[in-house]
Amino acid sequence: MSGSAEGMPNPWLPVPYSVQERRSETPDTVTLVLAPGAGPAPLRFGPGQFNMLYLFGIGEVPISICGDPADSQHYVHTIRSAGRISDALCRVAPGATVGVRGPYGTGWPIREAVGHDVVIVAGGLGLPPLRPALLEILRHRDRYGRVEVIYGARSPKDLVYYDQIQAWRSRPDLRFQTTVDTAGHDWHGDVGVVTTRLPDARFEPKDTVAFLCGPEIMMKLTAQALVQRGVDRDAIWVSLERNMKCAIGLCGHCQFGADFVCRNGPVVRYRAVERAFSTREL
Amino acid sequence: MVELAVGDRRILARSDFPAFLDALNKLGYRVVGPTVRDGAIVYGPIDRVEDLPVGWTERQEAGKYRLERRGDEALFGYAVGPHSWKKYLFPAHERLWTASRKESRFVPAPEPADGPPLAFLGVRACELAAIALQDHVFAKAGDVAYATRRARALRIAVQCGQAGGTCFCVSTGTGPAVGPSHDLALTEILTAERHVFFVEVGSPMGARVLASVPLGPASVEDERTVEQIVARTSASMGRTMVVSGIRDLLVNHPEHPRWELAGQRCLACTNCTMACPTCFCQTTEEVPDLSGERVERWRRWDSCFNSAFSELHGTPIRKSTSSRYRQWMTHKLATWHDQFGSSGCVGCGRCITWCPVGIDITEEAAAIRASPPPQVVEERT
Amino acid sequence: MTATPASSESPLRLADHPFVWGMDPEFVARLSSIAFERSFESGALLVREGDPAEEFWLLFSGKVAMEIVLPGRPRTTIQTLGSGDIVGWSWLIEPFVSRFDARAVKPTRALGLRASRLRSLMDADPARGYHLLRRLLPVIAERLENTQLQLLDLHGR
Repeated sequence: MSGSAEGMPNPWLPVPYSVQERRSETPDTVTLVLAPGAGPAPLRFGPGQFNMLYLFGIGEVPISICGDPADSQHYVHTIRSAGRISDALCRVAPGATVGVRGPYGTGWPIREAVGHDVVIVAGGLGLPPLRPALLEILRHRDRYGRVEVIYGARSPKDLVYYDQIQAWRSRPDLRFQTTVDTAGHDWHGDVGVVTTRLPDARFEPKDTVAFLCGPEIMMKLTAQALVQRGVDRDAIWVSLERNMKCAIGLCGHCQFGADFVCRNGPVVRYRAVERAFSTREL
Repeated sequence: MVELAVGDRRILARSDFPAFLDALNKLGYRVVGPTVRDGAIVYGPIDRVEDLPVGWTERQEAGKYRLERRGDEALFGYAVGPHSWKKYLFPAHERLWTASRKESRFVPAPEPADGPPLAFLGVRACELAAIALQDHVFAKAGDVAYATRRARALRIAVQCGQAGGTCFCVSTGTGPAVGPSHDLALTEILTAERHVFFVEVGSPMGARVLASVPLGPASVEDERTVEQIVARTSASMGRTMVVSGIRDLLVNHPEHPRWELAGQRCLACTNCTMACPTCFCQTTEEVPDLSGERVERWRRWDSCFNSAFSELHGTPIRKSTSSRYRQWMTHKLATWHDQFGSSGCVGCGRCITWCPVGIDITEEAAAIRASPPPQVVEERT
Repeated sequence: MTATPASSESPLRLADHPFVWGMDPEFVARLSSIAFERSFESGALLVREGDPAEEFWLLFSGKVAMEIVLPGRPRTTIQTLGSGDIVGWSWLIEPFVSRFDARAVKPTRALGLRASRLRSLMDADPARGYHLLRRLLPVIAERLENTQLQLLDLHGR
């Protein structure tokens, strides 16, 4: 190593953003809209990328970006209260300051999907990381073949983006299936794990690109079902989740086989992780 | 006085070693190097020659380390101890930044680089390799604090005159001969008649240090003596490891029964990862002051042997000790290749010596190589 | 059972249902001879848990919810089935008693096969009966697998 480190940007420093809006999605999930604290810094991110969100005095966690990639003024994050730090993030009020480092990681290969049918399968909080990809695809809807979305959640009250889903479901150029694992009598939609909706999806297997995000077992089973249907392993993409402290390939926590999920992921080809998915405690 | 150039060789008399330390101090360096403390040779401040482990050596075996007296007054007559230079370049606990609350906002301020630059005295060939590996890891992450310290540090290598009982740098190709990447490289020549240091200049800064130090010419005979010393060390490695094809060997056998056996012995104490000169895993900490108006962001060495290391939504992904041992060894010897283009092991043997139950990475690798279960051919992309 | 007579819509043909695709046409014809059309209003029960399992349904349209009722807990849907799916296999397993409530949650059209006659058909022609069983087993296995996945609570924290 030579020379000095002067002038190097410090990747550990969060940039303060202010919470412009807080929307409640479900009893334990909120969506935060963040705006740059100072100056009109135009934001760029790829669908599927994530930020490290920091709360003063609390700590930092990785959260997917789920806003519209065309919106260069805001970062939108949907956060489930699942621990001390995400709990606190879910409770921040508009006007509060949240530190942001990012965006980090690989994104959904939208360009690779151009000219093909697109199958998007989301489980639980797997929908937010896929939302930017879906928005991008719908913005240039004519570039793609059929677009099929299957979204599964634990129960009807766990469904996020309820209003937007209603709008998506009414579009003639998109099939959006929603299913829940179990439901009460007041639910009129489908019940069953996401893979049960796959046989209903209409797509040409040899000409399909699939984006999957959700619990690992759900992605594994969905990918297996897609492969069985004739979709190429290289055309199936999954988004990984691991413990993460730095997002810059340094803390070592997010290693999944040879991959740093923060750098080589979170979005990877199914073929690259197919074996790792079946290796215990990797 | 004739200006020295990179590649020049000279002889430094043992009696002039204090002058060498003085020269370092005069250039503003704080010298750190080997010293005897708590029954081991560790790294600490070196103010005088007497701070060095004069006349000491060590005996190392799996799970065993003992200081012993030498029959001479060698300054560097040992192999490596439990410390490595990463404690200076990548401190075990380090403040990353500090922030104060101003109304609803906060402003983070990076930690300033302060303190004198360090001169590492007594860097072994394997340790130069380890520093180069960590350089790569931290540079890829753009870590400013590491880069700043590293750019200021002086590496004074000392070639090993003997191998430790758990050394295998010949197998990993990282020693015992010091490579070209250093500021100064010393070889201690100690016979009944003579106690001198053969010095090779590795950088312009190294040449500057020597400018005010009394030196003598190095003869062809001296060069031959140095070669013999290195050859003798090479021939006395305590361990060997076959490294060819090891990446595929380990990656392709995650279910090998040997992992389970190692897991049954391993205490998950994290000693190997703390002693390893290349392990870089770390965690972050939020440290608010009592008023809640000011916080400090710290990082601390972490270990893949800790249960919380792989925790996701409150549950560790690697619950069993065997899965953690597999993660550590596979990362070190195999997936490091995918991540950084080389092995992460430099053959220093610390993980073997400092393992309380004596798990031996060379033995584990050999066992997996000796009895691979039915081959699974990996599809690489 | 609240089945109403078949509507005036075009008649359902067993051969159009994916469950019998690829089966011996002669056997399908025999199955057709014991099939009759069923249509269920939204909310109608096809069968109630604990009732005799007397019928095997092949769904052509609509939606049927498989429900469990536990004391002190609201009625819970564990799966919904639609066009191309089959409903019921308790008719195959002694003592031929239904394990779930099956309720139409949309107007639903189906072909119903009388269980006792279906069993007789299978007993009389074990080779083809075995073939039908092999069609049924993957469906049962898949439902079991899905139930296990629901138990795992995939979307848990």
